[in-house]
Parts: sequence; C-alpha cells; structure tokens
Amino acid sequence: MSRLNILVLLIIVALLGLWELACRSLDLPPYILPPPSRVAWVAVARSLVIGPHALATALEIVAGIALALAVAVPLAVAMFARPVLERALAPFLVASQAVPVFALAPLLVVWLGYGMASKVLMAAVIIFFPITVSLLAGFQSCDRDLRILFRLMGSGFWGALRLLYWPWALPQFFAGLKVGVSVATIGAVIGEWVGAQQGLGYLMIQANARLQVDLVFAVILWLSLMGLGLWALVGWIERRVVTWR
Amino acid sequence: MLTVADLTKRFDAAPVLDGFSFTLPRNGFTVLIGPSGCGKTTLFDVLTGVVPKDAGSIHWNGEALPHLGNVAAYMQQKDLLLPWLTLAENALLPARLRRREDLAPARRRVAALFARLGLAGFEHHRPATVSGGMRQRCALVRTLMFDRELTLLDEPLSALDAITRRSLQSLLLMLQRDFQRTLLMITHDVEEALLLADRVLVVTGAPMRVIQELVLTAPKPRRPGEPALVALKESVLARLEAELGHVAA
Repeated sequence: MSRLNILVLLIIVALLGLWELACRSLDLPPYILPPPSRVAWVAVARSLVIGPHALATALEIVAGIALALAVAVPLAVAMFARPVLERALAPFLVASQAVPVFALAPLLVVWLGYGMASKVLMAAVIIFFPITVSLLAGFQSCDRDLRILFRLMGSGFWGALRLLYWPWALPQFFAGLKVGVSVATIGAVIGEWVGAQQGLGYLMIQANARLQVDLVFAVILWLSLMGLGLWALVGWIERRVVTWR
Repeated sequence: MLTVADLTKRFDAAPVLDGFSFTLPRNGFTVLIGPSGCGKTTLFDVLTGVVPKDAGSIHWNGEALPHLGNVAAYMQQKDLLLPWLTLAENALLPARLRRREDLAPARRRVAALFARLGLAGFEHHRPATVSGGMRQRCALVRTLMFDRELTLLDEPLSALDAITRRSLQSLLLMLQRDFQRTLLMITHDVEEALLLADRVLVVTGAPMRVIQELVLTAPKPRRPGEPALVALKESVLARLEAELGHVAA
C-alpha cells in the first residue's frame, strides 16, 4: 500500500473516530446523528432490504450511462467533424447543465412516469455533458503534425477518426466518463426522490419519514460505495484499453 | 521533375515566400539549407497543401497541381508514430488508409523493409519500447509505404544523436539509390547537406530566396572529413554568416 493510500486511510479513520466519539460523548440519539459503527451495522444487517433498492438504482445508473454514451459520443464526433455544429450547439449544451436537475426531475416524472425511464433520463442528462465535452476536447487536442501526416497519407475523416482521433482522445474520454459516473448517482437518486416505487432514493425518503436516520446514512454509504465502485470499474477498463500510457 | 514557379505566401502582409522558384530533377537529392525562420517550413506547408499558396504554380512531371499533398510522401523531425500501434502497424498505415487495398502484399513489404532497415524482430513492439533511431527508421519505412516517388523530408534527422544520425543518413542515400525516390530535404546541418545532396540550395529570408546553389558531383557515400567537403562547408557557412550579418546591419 502506497504512502498516499495510508494517509487517506488514516484521515478516514480519524474522521470516523471523531464522529463516533462525538456521538458517544454527547449522547446523541440515533434519530439525530447515529455513530458510524451503527451506520455500518445497519448497512450490513439490513442489506436484504437495501440490496433490491440498490439493484434498482444501479440499473438506472448503468442504463443512464449507456444512454449518455449513445448520445455523447456521436454528438462529440459530429461537433468535431463540423465545427459550425459545435458553435451552434454549445449554448444548448451549457444551458442543459445550467438548469438545476431538481427542476427537471418533476417534469420528467410527469412525462415519463414513476418507472425507471425518468430516472435513467435524469442520470443521462447529468452524465452526457462531461463525456461530450471531454471527448470533444480530446479530439481537438490531437497533434497538428499527426493530422497533417494523416492528410498526406490520403486519409478521410472516418479513417482518421478510427486510427488517430479516437485513440488520441481516449484518455480524455475516460476522464470525462469518470466524472460522469461519479455524479450519476445524483441524477438517479433525485429522480427517485421526486417519484418512484423503488430505488435507494425512494428508500431514503421512506426512512427519513420514519426518522430512521441510521438507515438514511446506511443508504448514503451504499450510494457512496456504488459511486466508488463505478469509478474504479471505469479506471480498470481504462487501464486495459489505454495500454500505451 | 518538380517545377515550382513564383510561389508566394504572405502572413499578415509579410511575405514569407515572394515569387520563390526552383526545380527538382527526377531521382535527385536536393537539400534546402538556411537559418531558422527563413521560411523553409512554410515552403513545405505550402507544397503539401497544409497552408494554401497565395500565388504561383506547382508542376509535377508536367502536371499542374494545387499542391503536392496527393503525390508526395512526407517525413519530419518527429517520428510521428502512433503510440497505440505496433511498429509494423505504424508502417502499414499508408496502405490501411488507402481504401480497398489488399493488405497482404503491404504486410509482406513492411516485413521486407523492416528486415532491410534492421527492424526485424521488432514488428510487434510499441514505439515507446524502442530507441529514437529505431522509431525514425520505422518512420522511414512508413514514408516508403506511401508509394510515392517524390519525398519531402523536414529535418528528419535533427533530433537524433550523432551515431544514429550517421546510420540514418546511409538509409536516406539508399532510399534515393535503391528506391528511385526524388528527395527534397530541409536541414540546418551544412555538413549533412553536403554529405547527402546532389544539389544544395542555400536560402535566407524573409522573403525566402536562394543565395547560393551548389551542384555536388562527388560520388556517395562521402566522408565528413574530405578536404573538398570541409572547404565547401566553410564557404557555405561564411556565405550564410555574411548574409545574416548583412540582414542584421
């Protein structure tokens, strides 16, 4: 284990220790602030309750990532191929991120219902922007001399995209994807808060209404672990795809 | 034969090329030598069509062309190998990018060229795992795989150490002799120009103009220490220094 990892671990342990100590010394009731030991216990002991909801949220996130990729990749390619398209679409892309997701969630639930679709779309709306922007920036950062070389080798746009631009942009694509999957849970959970029949957001709302604050924290822990897991998964895929760095 | 006449290129009204003309005989090795900033790279950019010319004409084997982008191979200082491809895949790129081409003969040709240029056994290595000289030799194979008679070389050896440079110079001579290429090379190195060229155009800017033309008939390979070459090198350097001093004054 590297020194950095040891330092991170020490900081986490210290913060949790302070939290535990504060709860016990101040005798805080668990419905106000449960100690981390209780949160960890609830997260494990009630995993049969949390698990199915986590699975529902995970499916929404994965589907949201797939939808975001299906939109972001062709969009970035189109904007790179036709810079006029980039200039035309840039205001709309920025506006799509300027609107708070909380404002969009009720509308999407009204339009798409209480099922999975509205949450998938919420997650996709949040994820597609960093992927699009990163991938486009990756394409645009391609070395000028390499572009010239490809042109002189008689390459068309698609040949250059396949052999030059796409591999060149992959590190930035993965950087954007990591940002995207890290915040993907936000979209799905907000969608579930506004209206859902399952999912970790739904479970949080139910637990909060019953003052089961320890369960709320346990759900937050599950969400954090899901985010970390997705981030690590993308990093793992990146290391296997971008093998030349 | 390449004939370039009255080539003109201005950037913000400042002429980098102003009626620049030269000819390149078929299967000849012509070297352009001159100080930094005199417009040599702009000349290559215009010739390859990377930058549009403002005026002038370019004829290759009698045919008028807007630029040489479709008829010339190009190699420059940076090896420009793609780090995600193996050396063999990099060399095969020109063939892959020429659509509807059977790649099997191209692969066999790459293998033969790798053997000839001392790269056999390194076909499946990535560029990051081999030396700078090997990368540049791979770039040379890729240049040959363009399958174009005219080859433009933009300081292809300037980033290499002295020993590797000497070996690559031999390969460039082989390129001309065995592959019947017509070569136009830019370099800052007077000695290198005199070792390789049939003809040396000494240029200054701006705008770029030829201040001295040398026709070298001594047989190749030439030795760096040959008295005639040393004397010629001194004369070229003196001419350039005089010209630069004149410009500075």
